[in-house]
Amino acid sequence: MSIPESVHTIIATDCGSTTTKAILIEREGDQFRLVARGEAPTTVEAPFDDVTVGVLNAIGELEELTGRSFLEEGRIITPRREGAGTDLYLSTSSAGGGLQMLVAGVVRNMTAESAQRAALGAGAIVIDVLSVDDGRVDYQRVERIRSIRPDMILLSGGTDGGTTSHLLDLAELLRAADPKPRLGAGYELPVIYAGNREAREGVAEILSGRVRLITVDNIRPTLEREHLGPAREAIHRLFLEHVMAQAPGYGKLMGWTSAPIMSTPAAVGEMVQAAARDEGRSVLAVDIGGATTDVFSVFGETFNRTVSANLGMSYSVFNVVVEAGLENIRRWLPAGGPPAGELRDRLRNKMIRPTTVPQTREDLLVEQAVAREAMRLALIQHRQLAVGLRGVQTTRSVGDMFTQEGTGASLVDMMALGLVIGSGGVLSHAPRRHQAAMMLVDAFQPQGVTELAVDSIFMMPQLGVLAQEYPEVSAQVFRRDCLVPLGMVVAPLGQCREGELALAVEAGGKRTEVPGGQIRRIELGVGESLEARLVPGRGLDLGAGRGKELNATLKGGVVGVILDGRGRPLTLPRDEAARQAAMESWLREAGAW
Amino acid sequence: MATTYTPGLRVSAGTLLRKTRRLPLKGEVLVKVGERVSAEQVVARAQLPGKIRTIKVSEVLGVEAAEVPGLVQGGVGDSVEAGQLLAEVRSFFGLFHSECRSPATGTIDHVSGLSGFVGIREPPAPLDLEAYLAGTVAEVLPEEGVVVEAAAAFVQGIFGVGGERRGEIYVAGERDRPLAGDEIGEEARGRVVIGGAQASWAALEQAARVGAAALVTGGIDDADLIRFVGHEIGVAITGQEQVPFTLVVTEGFGRMAMAEQTYRLLESLEGKQASVNGATQIRAGVIRPEVIVPLAQEAVPASEEETGRLAVGSRVRLIREPYFGRLGEVTGLPAQLVEIETEAMVRVAQVRLAGEGGEVLVPRANLEIIW
Repeated sequence: MSIPESVHTIIATDCGSTTTKAILIEREGDQFRLVARGEAPTTVEAPFDDVTVGVLNAIGELEELTGRSFLEEGRIITPRREGAGTDLYLSTSSAGGGLQMLVAGVVRNMTAESAQRAALGAGAIVIDVLSVDDGRVDYQRVERIRSIRPDMILLSGGTDGGTTSHLLDLAELLRAADPKPRLGAGYELPVIYAGNREAREGVAEILSGRVRLITVDNIRPTLEREHLGPAREAIHRLFLEHVMAQAPGYGKLMGWTSAPIMSTPAAVGEMVQAAARDEGRSVLAVDIGGATTDVFSVFGETFNRTVSANLGMSYSVFNVVVEAGLENIRRWLPAGGPPAGELRDRLRNKMIRPTTVPQTREDLLVEQAVAREAMRLALIQHRQLAVGLRGVQTTRSVGDMFTQEGTGASLVDMMALGLVIGSGGVLSHAPRRHQAAMMLVDAFQPQGVTELAVDSIFMMPQLGVLAQEYPEVSAQVFRRDCLVPLGMVVAPLGQCREGELALAVEAGGKRTEVPGGQIRRIELGVGESLEARLVPGRGLDLGAGRGKELNATLKGGVVGVILDGRGRPLTLPRDEAARQAAMESWLREAGAW
Repeated sequence: MATTYTPGLRVSAGTLLRKTRRLPLKGEVLVKVGERVSAEQVVARAQLPGKIRTIKVSEVLGVEAAEVPGLVQGGVGDSVEAGQLLAEVRSFFGLFHSECRSPATGTIDHVSGLSGFVGIREPPAPLDLEAYLAGTVAEVLPEEGVVVEAAAAFVQGIFGVGGERRGEIYVAGERDRPLAGDEIGEEARGRVVIGGAQASWAALEQAARVGAAALVTGGIDDADLIRFVGHEIGVAITGQEQVPFTLVVTEGFGRMAMAEQTYRLLESLEGKQASVNGATQIRAGVIRPEVIVPLAQEAVPASEEETGRLAVGSRVRLIREPYFGRLGEVTGLPAQLVEIETEAMVRVAQVRLAGEGGEVLVPRANLEIIW
């Protein structure tokens, strides 16, 4: 839909768990640009119990910053009149813990995995995955369902026309568990049934009167086909009608917006897909927050999103230590970092006082080390779920598949990856953009030639909901004001001995050589580019094959082009002193120190 | 940023506290508005619905699911005993016999001819909700619980483990040095032990041995905490741990002297009954651990104005390196952003450190106001 001429001013908010962020976008000639950004604490909890209070406060900051008027008698002025108010008001939300779902499928690697992809892609946090082959016995599953109190359940399984008995058993499990929703004691828990169509009636009979059952098309109608659209749409609809409607103040907020409220991760997912579409390349995006880390990817036509619910930089900071191990965090620190015991206490203190910021350089390095590990682990989880359909090469009945081995290969191909987008405080607010670039490179280890960018002020959610209505306006602001181009990283795949040539770059009449185990950086500013001949070291691969040269256009950014001769997969020196010295040298070369 | 500093933990010698005590599901409220309640008194009771135990009768009997409703002896709502015959089949003139017995005592919840399952709901279990805080019932939430109000001294900790406990305040250690095991005597049994700058492992062991109800300390080593609870804690959501006593940490991890005001207040309350809860939730909707001592006086002190606004003269705790744990007073709040050692531009406060150290610039986010 193209935007009407009359639309001049757009306000969009993102109601996060802790902060509500408002952006003001306005027409400048034939383009739209970001004008101001305001924020205020989110107010879904006591003493306010009304999300709109935080929304009004955040928009109040826009008023202060612009000297204009957008509010009147506790409401947003819309449509705009005499220079006051806004033509459109949109919002996303992840307040109150976001959308928490339980998914269930018959076979863990097949329908349960498809169900997980459907839920995650719709912006949910999946708190558990039940399947007939999940290794638990019935009473354990029942106990688990009772204890987690999800906002919604997605029940799937079986191909259309296949056996129904396992699905009926799963429905029985749900009935026995008698699950209660997390919010609002007085409403029925929504259960979306997206499994074998032959079992619809049976499932409906078993669950009748216990839950609010919504039936949609099977997410896996045949083994060869995954059909997630209807389930995702149902999740979006129920999120608004049931979950959001239970959250304090959302009834009012829904009356204010010019389009339906979206869940924050779903909106970010829209932007990542739009970026991949517009640029015609594979995109990997990460949003590292205080409590969770979301990873989004588009490879080929396939979009995937995963959320690592307890990997984050403040509330979840110590869980990164627990999951990664303290030594894996220490390995990213140059000499002079705190000893192990002190480091543990220090990260614990960050956990209990999550809003503090690093004041010393040493402390900053510690946080950035944690971020590397959080993103590394989140990517591992993403790769496990972003896979091709399993079980497509053979046609068997669902009942036969418990012994079938997984055949799905990960879709995440770091050599094919065109663009990495980083978002979240530790990346967006790194004192030097070079540090953000190095965190992304170390955590994700892109191969070949890859562009890097960060979301300047984390406005992808608001642009995602705007894209639902006016994609061209969203795209204009995304390119001009949201993404900060960092530049590129060139990194050959394979291992190279220290001192041997890992990579040579010939561009602009100059040859830059990168020895194995080292990093170099070419200064190349935003909007600048270089036609380059890239020569990998012996046996190394830049994407054209082992030892083969590659001609590429190197794009600049605020960091420039990082030439990474450390090899892939990246291995750090075993000796502690050598590793610490290497870390310092890499950070210095990349401009991050 | 609307709020760029941590509002701080409450430490109050006298305040009017209101505690909402809510049942997890609807039930019966046993007290009336205006009634005096003791901490141990049950103020509301609910009947937790029994769990449903399912049994796949069709599989046990070797019949089709559709046959199950016709075989079950009794109907939905009927009582059954554990082991009671639920359904049976006989074939070949009674030569072959299969039977299915109830896995639990309860009532028949459902019988499915589709799946062949039968569900037995176990009897409900009563759930008692105690007042926790000695005081007056200020409000009754019909069928849900009550609000108990009391004039009380109130100390919030920064982190805790373990749930609600009660006991007399018993001061065992000094404010600014670690608490040793031998400082906790047998008389600490059932009491709330006030420790010092760090609860050593020996002190934790000794408190458990004598049967202390709770231990309140300035700091603790992470390694000792993990040993105490028996597992790693990844995310600070606590209160359900199976620990011998409730632990409340007032300052943080490592060796940290308890704030003077906190220690002096607790010291002044020695011998008085306290309600302690270690439950902590550091997420949206933050919950901090607490020590509450209801005060004898009936006259309620005027509620303190706690605006939480940082101002010149505010007493603050510095909560991040390089000044972690130091106390001081705000002497200036420059309006402009200032570049700190990390090269970040942040809003800062000028703070005069208590003791030696002079004046320092600190990001406002790294300050906690001491009320």
